[in-house]
Amino acid sequence: MAKTNSMHHEPLIRISKRDGMVWWKGWLVRAAAIVLALLVCAVLIVFITGVNPLEFYASMIRGSFGSARKLWLTLQNTAILLCIALAVTPAFKMKFWNTGAEGQVLIGALASAACMIWWGNRLPGWLLLPMMAVVCMAAGIVWSVIPAYCRAKWGTNETLFTLMMNYVAMQLVSYCITYWENPAGSNSVGVINPNTFGGWMPSLFGQKYLLNILIVAALTLLVYVYLARSKQGYEIAVVGESQNTARYIGIDVKRVIVRTMVFTGAICGIAGMLLVAGTDHTISINTVDGRGFTAIMVSWLAKFNPIVMALTSFLIVFLERGAGEIATAFRLNESVADILTGIILFFIIGSEFFVSYQINFRRAHKEAGIKHD
Amino acid sequence: MKKLLSVVLMAALLVMALAGCSASGSNEADFKVGFIFLHDENSTYDKNFMDAATAATEKLGLTKDQVMFKTNIPESNECYEAAAELVDAGCDLIFADSFGHESFMLQAAQEFPEVQFCHATGTQAHTAGVANFHNAFASIYEGRYLAGIAAGMKLNDMIANGQITEDQAKMGYVGAYPYAEVKSGYTSFYLGAKSVCPTVTMDVKFTNSWFDIAKEKEAAISLINDGCVLISQHADSEGAPKACEENNVPNVAYNISTISIAPNTALISSAISWQPYFEMIVKNAKEGTEIPTDYCATAAEGAVILTELNAAVAAEGTQEAIDAAEAKLASGELKVFDTATFTVGGQTLTSYMADVDSDEAYTPDTEVVADGYFHESEYRSAPYFDIDIDGITLK
Repeated sequence: MAKTNSMHHEPLIRISKRDGMVWWKGWLVRAAAIVLALLVCAVLIVFITGVNPLEFYASMIRGSFGSARKLWLTLQNTAILLCIALAVTPAFKMKFWNTGAEGQVLIGALASAACMIWWGNRLPGWLLLPMMAVVCMAAGIVWSVIPAYCRAKWGTNETLFTLMMNYVAMQLVSYCITYWENPAGSNSVGVINPNTFGGWMPSLFGQKYLLNILIVAALTLLVYVYLARSKQGYEIAVVGESQNTARYIGIDVKRVIVRTMVFTGAICGIAGMLLVAGTDHTISINTVDGRGFTAIMVSWLAKFNPIVMALTSFLIVFLERGAGEIATAFRLNESVADILTGIILFFIIGSEFFVSYQINFRRAHKEAGIKHD
Repeated sequence: MKKLLSVVLMAALLVMALAGCSASGSNEADFKVGFIFLHDENSTYDKNFMDAATAATEKLGLTKDQVMFKTNIPESNECYEAAAELVDAGCDLIFADSFGHESFMLQAAQEFPEVQFCHATGTQAHTAGVANFHNAFASIYEGRYLAGIAAGMKLNDMIANGQITEDQAKMGYVGAYPYAEVKSGYTSFYLGAKSVCPTVTMDVKFTNSWFDIAKEKEAAISLINDGCVLISQHADSEGAPKACEENNVPNVAYNISTISIAPNTALISSAISWQPYFEMIVKNAKEGTEIPTDYCATAAEGAVILTELNAAVAAEGTQEAIDAAEAKLASGELKVFDTATFTVGGQTLTSYMADVDSDEAYTPDTEVVADGYFHESEYRSAPYFDIDIDGITLK
C-alpha cells in the first residue's frame, strides 16, 4: 500500500523544461522581471533614503539619456564592453573558460600606449594606426594563446591559467609605468601626446567616439557571421557540445582551441587599442577596470548571440551610468546604486529560469482524496 | 498578439522619453560648483576634501542644489567626461582632487574657457598658460615638521625613561611612492623630530600604492621588527596605525585623527584643511575675480592643521614645544628645510636645481636653495623636495 501511495504522490511543485517559448513572450517575461525589480528597488529606496522613487528612476534614466554628451558616452561605454564580450564569446561557446580577458585587453592597451609613446610623434596617423592595430592584436594573441596552447598540449586548467595571466599583465603595466611616468615617482603616465595627438584615433564628424562605435558595430557583425555561418563557427559549437563528437567527426580539437583563442586575443587587443588610442589616451593598471569580467556576464546573459549582446552590454552600462547619476543627484554613496544594480541583475538572471522552465503546481486534491478513502 | 507586443514596446519608450525630459529643463542662472573625487567618503584622502567642500560651501551660503559631487571618478578619460558633464549641468567652477586627474582637467579647461577649473596636487598650471586652469597645494611640510616635534619629544621621553638608548632612537616611515610629495613629507617630519632629538634616524619603506591596508600594515610591522620605536606614514589607509596599536608602538598619522582606532599609541596627526582654499575659489569664481594660478595654502591661514594631541601618549611639554615652533614658522624665524640642520652625503646643501617645470625628461630647471634654506612650494605649490638626506635610510 505504502508503495503505491508514494508512487502516486505528486510533489507540490514540479519543475519541467519548456519546449521553447515564442520569442516575444520570452521578452515579455524578461520585461516583467525588470519591472518587478524596479518595484522592489523603489520600496527599498523609500525605506533607506526617503527619496521619491520616481525622481530616483528619472535620474537613473538621465544618467544615460540626459544630454547628447551622456548618450554618446553611454554608446561609447557600451561599445567597449561589447567589444570585450565579443572577444570572449567564441571561447565560452567552445566551453573554454577564459577568465583572462582583463589581462588580454590590458596587454593590448599596453601595446597601444607603447606605440603612441615611441612612434606617436614620428609616424603619420594613416601608417601608425593600422600598425598599432596589428601590434595590439599580436599582444592580445600572445596573452591568449599561451594558456590555450598549454591547455591543448598538456591539458592545463585554462580557468586558473588565464586568470593568473591577468596579474602578470598588471605587473607588466606597473613596470612600464615606472619608465613612462611623469613626473618621476608619481606612478601616473598622464595624457600621451596631449599637444600633437600622435597616435590618437581621429574624430568622425566631430564625434570622438564615433569611430570606436563603428568599429565595434562592424566586429559585432563579423563575430555573428563567424559563429553562425562559418565552418569554423560550427566547429566551435561542436567542440562546445562534446569534444568526443568533435573528434569522431574528424575535428582537430586542439587546433580549434588554439585558433579560437587567437581570435579572442586579437579582438581583446583591438579593445585595448580602442581604450587607449580611442578613449583614455593614457595607461594605468585600472585601464580595463574589471570589464574583462563583466564581459563574461554580458556574453552569457545573451546566450552567446552577438546581436543580443549589444542589448545586454547596453543594459549593464545603463545601470552603471544610472548609478553614478544617482550618487551625484542625491549625494548618496554609490553603494546604494550598487545594491540596486545587484537586485536588478538578480531579477534578470532569475527571469531566464522562467523562460527556460515552467513550474507545475500539484493538481487539485480531489483525485488523490478519493483514492485514499 | 503582435499588437500587444507593439503596445508594450511603445509604452516602454514613452516612459523612458518622459522621464528623460522631465528634469533636464531645470536650468537656473544660479552659480554652481562641481567637485570630482577619486573615491568616496570611505577613503580618508577623499573624505578630507569632501568634508572641506561641504563646510566651505555651507559657510558661503550655497544651497545643496548649487554644489555637485561626483565620486569614484578614475584617473582616466572618465575624469574629462565628468568635468564636461558638470559644465553641462551649469557649473561655473569645477575642482578635482587627485593627482592623475590633472591632464584630463586641463583638457576640459581648454575646451570650456568660460568655466574655472581647479586641481589639487598638480604641477602643470604654472607652465600650461591656460587662464582658467589652476593648481593648489598646502605647505603640509610645516604640519609634518610640527608633528615631527611631537615624535622627537616622545623619543626623548623614551630615552629618559631608559626604554631605549640615544642610538636606538630610530623611527620608521611608511610611504606610498618615492615621489617628491612623499619625500618632502617624510624629510620635514624627520627634521621636526631631529630639532628636538638630535640622534634620531629614520627608515623609510614604500608600498607603491596610495591605499593598501594590508601592505601598509605589513610595512609598519617589518619596520617595527627592524627596531623602529615610532612609526609615521604617508599613505591613505589605517593599516599602519592599526599595526602600531597591536604592537604598542607610538604612531604619528596623516589626514585624520587616529585616536579612536589607536587610543594607546596615536600621538598626533597633521592634515591639510582645504576649507580656506575652497572658500577662496568659490568666492572668487562667484564674484568673477581671478583665482591664483598656482596656490600654496599655508599654516598661517589655517590650511595646515594638527589634530588633537593624545595626552595619554605624548611626552610632557609637547604642546608647548609645538606652539613655540609654530609661532616661529609663522614669523619666518624658523625654516623647515634650513640647510644648517641637515647634510646630504656629509655635505651642507648650498645649491639644488629642482624639476619645477615638469617635463618628460625631468630636467632640473630652477635653483631652489638660497638664503640658507630650501625654498619648498614657493616656485610651484606641489612639493619638489626630492633629496635623500643623511639620517634617513630607504629600505
